Order: sequence, then C-alpha cells, then structure tokens
Amino acid sequence: MNEIWEVFRQERRGQPFEHAGSVVAPDAGFAETWAREQYGRRGESVALWLVPRDAIHVVEQWADEFDLKYRRVDGYSIKVRLKEARERASARSG
Amino acid sequence: MNELLLGLADDELVIGWRDSEWTGIAPMLEEDVAFSSIAQNEIGHARAVYELLTDDADALAFDRPLGEYRCAPLVELRLLDWAHTIARRWLYEEADRIRIAALMDDADPAVAGLAAKIDREEVYHRMHADMWHERLRGEPRFRDAVADLWPYALGVLPPEQRAELAARVRLEEVEAIGRGTHTPELAELWDEMTSVRRSAPAGAQW
Amino acid sequence: MAAVEVPRDEQAFLEYVQAGGRVEAGDRLPEDYRAKLIKFIEMHGNSELMGVLPEREWILRAPTLQRKLALTAKVQDEVGHAQLIYRVVEDLGKPREQCLADLISGKSKFHNVFHYPTSTWGDVGVIAWLVDAAAIVSQKALLKCSYAPYARIMKKICWEESFHILHGRDVILALVTGTPAQFELVQEALNRWWQPLMQFHGNPIPAGEDPMYLWRIKSQGNEEARQQFLEGYVPQIRELGLTVPDPKLRRRDDGVWEYTEPDWDELRHVVTGHGPMTEERLAFRRRFLEQEQWVRDAVLAA
Repeated sequence: MNEIWEVFRQERRGQPFEHAGSVVAPDAGFAETWAREQYGRRGESVALWLVPRDAIHVVEQWADEFDLKYRRVDGYSIKVRLKEARERASARSG
Repeated sequence: MNELLLGLADDELVIGWRDSEWTGIAPMLEEDVAFSSIAQNEIGHARAVYELLTDDADALAFDRPLGEYRCAPLVELRLLDWAHTIARRWLYEEADRIRIAALMDDADPAVAGLAAKIDREEVYHRMHADMWHERLRGEPRFRDAVADLWPYALGVLPPEQRAELAARVRLEEVEAIGRGTHTPELAELWDEMTSVRRSAPAGAQW
Repeated sequence: MAAVEVPRDEQAFLEYVQAGGRVEAGDRLPEDYRAKLIKFIEMHGNSELMGVLPEREWILRAPTLQRKLALTAKVQDEVGHAQLIYRVVEDLGKPREQCLADLISGKSKFHNVFHYPTSTWGDVGVIAWLVDAAAIVSQKALLKCSYAPYARIMKKICWEESFHILHGRDVILALVTGTPAQFELVQEALNRWWQPLMQFHGNPIPAGEDPMYLWRIKSQGNEEARQQFLEGYVPQIRELGLTVPDPKLRRRDDGVWEYTEPDWDELRHVVTGHGPMTEERLAFRRRFLEQEQWVRDAVLAA
C-alpha cells in the first residue's frame, strides 16, 4: 500500500529538523530515494527524517482556564521594586 | 584520443540524453524528479570526462560527425516505455560499475580520481535501479525487457569484462551487440541534439 | 484533527481570514472556501505539469552541456512543484489520480501560457525569464494565502523559481550579445509571447469582486499583479534593446502602466481547452499516463 511519508529536513548540522513536505511511497526505500531528490538535490539538506504520517501523533488542544503567567517571563514585573531597593540601598550607604 | 574514456563519456552523454526524455512523463511525479537527477548526473559525468580529454567539452560533445562517437548501442536505443527504460538503467549501472572499478585503478591519477567521484555518485543510481529491479522482477514485461537488452548490455564492456557482468546479474553470457556500428536511432538523436547548435556558426555563444 | 480557533460560522470565518487568520488541513472549512481552494490549487498543479511539455523538447536540443543541465534542472523543478501542489490538494480531499484524470479529460484547467507552441531557442529564454517572472509575481502574493499548507509550499516554489528567472535571463543575454540572427530570435519570440504574458494574470476583475481575494486565497488582485510584472520587467526588456510589441505601452507619471487591452475572449477561449497546443499536449500526457498505469499498479501492490 502506498502511504504518505512526512519529510523533515535539517539545513545545516546543529539546526532543528523542520517539516518540509511529504512524498507518497510504498515503502521506506522508495520514500528515501524520492525524498532525497525532492528535498536535497541542491545540497540544501544535510539530513532528512522520513516518518509515515500514521506514526505521527497530533496534539492540538490545551486547557486554557487559569492564569499561568507565573510560569512565564511576562508574569513578572520587577521595575518598581527594583527601583525602591536601589533607592534604599543608596540611602543606607549615603 | 583515449578510446576507453571517450566511450565512457559518450555512453554517459547519450544515456543521460535518453533518460532526460522522461522528464515530465515518468510514471509518478516523485520518480520523475528522482529520475531527472540521474539523467543530469550522467550528463555531468560526460562533461567531466570530456574535460579530461579536451579544453572544449561542448565541441567534443556536440560537434563531431556521427561516425566519431564511441557510444555503445545500448544507450542509443529509444526506449519510451518504462519496463525497457528501467531494465536499461539496471543493466547499464551493473556494467558501468565494472568499468568504473577498473578505471579507479588507472595509472593516471586524474582518471582514477574522476572514476572514484563518478562511482560515489553512482552508488545512488545503483540504489535506485536495484529498488526498481526488486519491485518489477516479477513482471513479465520487465523480464522480457531485460532479455531484449541483455546482448546490448554486454556490448558496453570489452570482451574480457563480460563474464563478470553475466555473473553479477545472473544471466548467461550471449553474443554481445558491441561498439563499432551505430544504430539508426543515434542518427535521429544526434540530429535533434545538435539542431539548435548547428543553427548558428561554429563558436557562437549560447 | 480538531480545530482550535478557526470560527465555524461562515461570516466569522471570512472575517478571520480577512484579518490575516490562517487555516490548516484539519480545520473545519466552509464548503465554498474548500471548493474554491481545491479548484485554484489544482489549476496551479496542472499548470506546472503542463508547463513541462513545451520546455521538455528543448532539453533535448540544448546547444551546450551547461544549458542542457540547467534546463533539465528547471523543468525538474516544475515537476517537483506539481508534486508539492497535488499533495496539498490530496490532503484537502481530492486524490492525485482524480486530478490527473480531470486534467487529461479537459475537465480542469491550466494557465494560458502553456497552451501555446514553442518554436525556437529564443522561446526557451523568454519562457524561463518572463513567463516565470509573471508566475513569481503571483506566487510571492500566495505566500500570504490563508490556507497555510499551500502558503508553506509556496516558499520552496518561490525559492526555486528565482533560479529559473536568472537562468532565463542568462540565456537571453547570451543571445542578445551574440549574432544579429540570435538577437532576432529573442525579439521574434518576445513578439509572440507578449500577448499571452499580458493575459497571464487574468482579466482585471476588481479585488473586491474576486472570490479568491475575498477568501484571502489570493492576496492581490489581477491588475495589481500585472502592474507589478510590468514595473519590474519592462525596463529590463528595454535596456537590452528589445522592443515590447505594444505601441500603447507606457508608464504614466503616477506610476501606472498603460497598455493595449488584451483580448479577454481569447484568454477564456484558450483556458477552456481551445489553445493551439491544448489537444496535442493533453493527448501526449494521456498517452504516457495510460501506458504506465501498470507501473503504478505494480508499485502500489504490497
């Protein structure tokens, strides 16, 4: 059976693998031969990952009910307190 | 001029030209793209070998009279059906492997070095041909095509290398259709291949 | 795959895409949007595939090894684009086999330029340079397509088309700096291709009346695309000493290009399957598709 193989390519060593497209092929051998040329004939990829689409587990839903800002940088505002701390420190040493 | 090298270059030029006929009409789009790369590689090999023999690769590739080409009849055949095309690819790569292996031992380092480069690229041609051979070996069409082309395939190699080819592909050696007499198809191919080039005076730029 | 933010109501969906919202293959799409999307993208795929045929012949006649390699690589790219595009259509629900069947039966369309004959090596240069340039104007606008899978493949397509234009311009430059006969080859080809080029971006339906624009499948109107093409390429053509075969062509002070109104009836006539080469090229495609059905069957079998 033909299946859809998702192709992830790495442009240069050390970079992330990014999704580039897909090829329809009956097995890994054909998928490799074909993906090599479709995504690498210009030497534009140093590596490919080929994954049957069926093997990909998709995650798209999250609970978004409560405030999670405390887990992120934008959940913190230190300007005011920092200013006060600096003023107190200079008053003590002053 | 080195007949062996010229034969190699002419084989690669003509099979590359034949294989490029499939651009746009291969059985599936993914294969079309992959097959076109193989055709381009063959032309690239031809050019590299011509450049060992001359300063003007284009002149050597295109401007000789028909009788001075040294290609084997196998590559000259017009094979616009997939069974024959893939059969030829498979047989040609097997023959070429033997020829290139011998050249990799050549006393001239330029020749040996180029042969090694060609071999490293043809690893992928062989992967492609083996993959298709594996897939189609059970098809009568394919087996018939291999049988049709077998005498021609033997003709790619000099007589002393033919037994090795027969052993590799597991077919019995038969009388080869070798170099020396060109097919009428080469004349048609040459005519089309050089039609634009001949439309301007020699030395014109393109 | 469940949608996350994409509105289900058609009016809300329209506002969502018009505000720059993107949708993916698994999202719930209004029927009209899906249908128009498939038709538009399929026509693009058909065009890439049919565009191969006029250029293919010249691969075989390329006058130097370098040109042969470059032209083969260019045409290979077009086939590769067809593969990318039909995959997108397939993920929208229409299988590739159906697309190809509709193409060869004449049921679906492809762009006007690929219905015309090529006669000389001059055509090779003009097509690679100017037809690809006209195409890239549209394709750059498609980078913003509301349908994200299509927008993403446009990135690779635009990147590869930029080589084609350079290759085309290089072919033209060799000819216009060659013999007088070679210069004439280019001028003559330009004379034949100018009308199809002017028709390429389609009749000047206002963007606000173009459903493709309303759905943000296209992000620019037809006339805007044509103007961009003229602005970019007429100066490049003229600086080589070539004449654009339209006496009315001129750039106004306000930057708008005026030109002889193309024959829109002719465009409609051609794209509905009555171009000079339509039948012959479809028959050629049909011949090989049918001839090689056994190969697809053999490869499909386990």
